[in-house]
Amino acid sequence: MDWPLTVTQFLNGVQLGVLLFLLAAGLTLVFGIMDFVNLAHGSLYMIGAFFCATMTLWWGSFPLAVLLTLPATLLVGIVVEVLVVRHLYQREHLDQVLATFGLILVFDTGVHLIWGPEGLTFPLPEVLNGQVTVLPGIEFPIYRLLIIATGLLVAGGLYLVITRTRIGMLIRAGASNRTMVGALGVDIKSLYTLVFAAGAVLAGLAGLMIAPITEASIGMGNDILIVAFVVIIIGGIGSIRGAFLAAMIVGLIDTLGRSFLDDFMKLFLSNQVAETSAPALSAMLIYILMAGILYFRPQGLFPPRGHR
Amino acid sequence: MKIKHLLIPAIALAMSMPAVAADKVKIGFVTTLTTGAGVIGRDMADAVQLALDHIGNKMGGLDVELILEDDGFKPEIGKQKTDKLVKSDDVDFVAGFIWSHVLLASRKSALDAGKFLISSNAGPSPLAGKLCHENFFSTSWQNDQTPMAMGEVLNSKGVKKLYVMAPNYAAGKNMVTGVERTFKGEVVGKDMTKWGKDAQLDFSAELSKAKSSGADGIFVFYPGKAGGAFIKQYEQAGLRGKIPLYSVFTVDSISLPKLQAAKLEGVLGSEMTQFWAPDLDNAQNKKFVSGFKAKYGRYPSFYAAQSYDTIYLIKSAVEAVNGNLDNMDGMRAAMMKADYPSVRGPYSYGKNHFPIQNFYLRKVVVDDEGNWTTKVVDTVYKNHQDTYVGECKL
Repeated sequence: MDWPLTVTQFLNGVQLGVLLFLLAAGLTLVFGIMDFVNLAHGSLYMIGAFFCATMTLWWGSFPLAVLLTLPATLLVGIVVEVLVVRHLYQREHLDQVLATFGLILVFDTGVHLIWGPEGLTFPLPEVLNGQVTVLPGIEFPIYRLLIIATGLLVAGGLYLVITRTRIGMLIRAGASNRTMVGALGVDIKSLYTLVFAAGAVLAGLAGLMIAPITEASIGMGNDILIVAFVVIIIGGIGSIRGAFLAAMIVGLIDTLGRSFLDDFMKLFLSNQVAETSAPALSAMLIYILMAGILYFRPQGLFPPRGHR
Repeated sequence: MKIKHLLIPAIALAMSMPAVAADKVKIGFVTTLTTGAGVIGRDMADAVQLALDHIGNKMGGLDVELILEDDGFKPEIGKQKTDKLVKSDDVDFVAGFIWSHVLLASRKSALDAGKFLISSNAGPSPLAGKLCHENFFSTSWQNDQTPMAMGEVLNSKGVKKLYVMAPNYAAGKNMVTGVERTFKGEVVGKDMTKWGKDAQLDFSAELSKAKSSGADGIFVFYPGKAGGAFIKQYEQAGLRGKIPLYSVFTVDSISLPKLQAAKLEGVLGSEMTQFWAPDLDNAQNKKFVSGFKAKYGRYPSFYAAQSYDTIYLIKSAVEAVNGNLDNMDGMRAAMMKADYPSVRGPYSYGKNHFPIQNFYLRKVVVDDEGNWTTKVVDTVYKNHQDTYVGECKL
C-alpha cells in the first residue's frame, strides 16, 4: 500500500466532507426544524461564490471579500426567508418543492443576467497557493488544509451554540417537536428566520471556499445539493451531529472510491472491465450507502433525540 | 355527382403536389444556452449570427430563418428539441450539438425525418463508423483525431509515462482511445470522472494519484468550465514544473480570458492540438476572427469557428441547387465537395462526411494587445482522416 497517497486521499476526503457539512448543516436544520424542503439551498452556495469572486476581482483581496461575503449572504438569506420562504411553511412539501425550484430558476437566471454565462475565476493569495508538508514525504495544498480547519472550527462552534446556548436549546427543541415549542410561547417566527439565515451563511461559506478551487459558475449549487440531501438522509434529518458525521462518511467514501476502487477491482477483474466499471461504481457508492441506510435505519444514523 | 367526381381528384392532386417552393431556408441550431456550459453555446450562437450577418442573411436568393434551441446539457432535452425542430418547425437543416451524447440521442429524430444533420462540434465514433449516414455532415472532427495528434506530440517530446484524465461520457472515452492509439509509451494511470449536469469539478483525489504515479506527462480533456477548474487545481496541487500538462479542448478562448483575469500565468506556454487556431493565415479566417472580435469584443473559440463554417457549408449547398430545397441529392453532392471558404483553409470530406484536415500544435501566448490567445507552432498531421471511416457502409 502506498501510505503517502492514502494519507493524502484521506485528507482530500475530509476536505470534501467539511464542505458537504457546511452545506448540509443549514439544509438539515431548515428541514428538521421548519419541516421545509429547500431545493434552493444550493443557490445560496452559488451566491456566496459569486459575491466572493466579484469582490476579490474588484479589490484584489480574498480575505476582505470573505469578510464581506458572509454578511451579504446573511442578508440574502433573510430577504429570501421574509419574501418567499415564510409564506410556505404551512404548505405541503410539494408546494415547497415547486416554489423553491422556481427560486433556483430565478437565482440561476439572475446570475446569468448579472454575470453572464461564463462564470468567474479568481486567484488565491500567494501565501495560500502553495503546498505544505503535513507529514514527512506528504505534501498537501495549504488552501485545502485551510478549508478543513475552517470547517472543523465551524462545526465545533455550531456544536457549542447548539448544546450550550438558549438559542441552541430552542433549535434542538424545534427539531424534536416543533408544535410543542410554539405552544410554549417561543417566538417561532424569528427563530425560523434566524435558522434560515444561518443556513444561508453556512452555504455561502461553503460556496466561497470552493470557488477558488473550481470557479463560480451557474448551477454549481444544484450539482452539489443532491449530495447534501444524501448527507442529511444518512445523518438523520434535523441533527447537526448526524450531518457532520454523515458528511465525513460521504466525503471519505466518495474520495477513496474514486482513488482506489479501480485498483481494488483490478485484483479480481480484468483491467478493461475494472477501468470501465470503476468510475460508474464509485459515482454510485454514496447512493448505495443511502439506499442501505434507508432500508435498515430509515430515521438516519444519528437522528435528533425524541424525534417522532 | 359530377362535382364530387371532379372534386376528389382535384383535392388528391393538390395534396400530392410538392409544397410551393420554399421562400426561406430554415436552420434549426441546437446547443447549450443554459447551465455553466451555456458559455459554449453563446460562442456558437454568436458565430452563427456573425456568419448570417456576413452573408446578408441570404443563401441562393432565399432568406435564412434561424431557430436556436437549448439542450440544457441533457441528451433527452436535445432529442426533444430536435423533434420539435423537424416536426413543428419543419426546418431544412438541423445543426449545432456541442455534446457527443446529446448528438447520439438526437441523430435519429433528424435523420429519420429526412433532414440534413450537421454537427458543429461533437464527433462521436459511431457516427463516423457504423452509424454514418448520407445526410449527416460534420464541420468539426471525429473525437479521436485531436487526441491522436496529441499522442504524436507526446512521442516526439519523449514522454514515456502518461497519466490520463477525462470525463466519463462518449467524447471522453473517444479522447482517451485516441491518445492511447498513437502514444507509444505507457499509460500509468487513468481516471474517468463524473460528467453531465452534476459533473465532478474537484479533482483533488485524481491529482493526488497523478502526482504519486511517477508519470512524466498528464493528458486531459476537460471542455467548458471544467477546463478552467482543472488548470487551477493542477497549479494548486503543485504539479506545474513537475508533470507537464498536455490537453485537448481544455484551454481555449472560453477559459483563457477567465484565467487571465485571475492571473493564472501557469497556463501561458501550455500546448494543445487543434484543427484550427485564431491566427491561421487565410482570408476567411481573418474575416471571421476580426469580425468576431469587433462584434463581441473577445476571441472566438474553436466552437465558434466550426459554427461559422456550418453556415457557409449550408450556404454552398443551397446555392448549388439555386434555392430549390427539395433537391436533397443536389445539396448533398454540393456539401460533399466542401466547396466553400472554410476558416481552417481548404479541406475535403471522407465518405463518412467527416473532414480530412490538418491538425496543428497550438501554444498559449500573449497577443499584441496583451490578451491571452493561442497560436499555431507546428503542423502535426496533414490531411488526416479518422480511423472509423472503414466501418462506414456508404
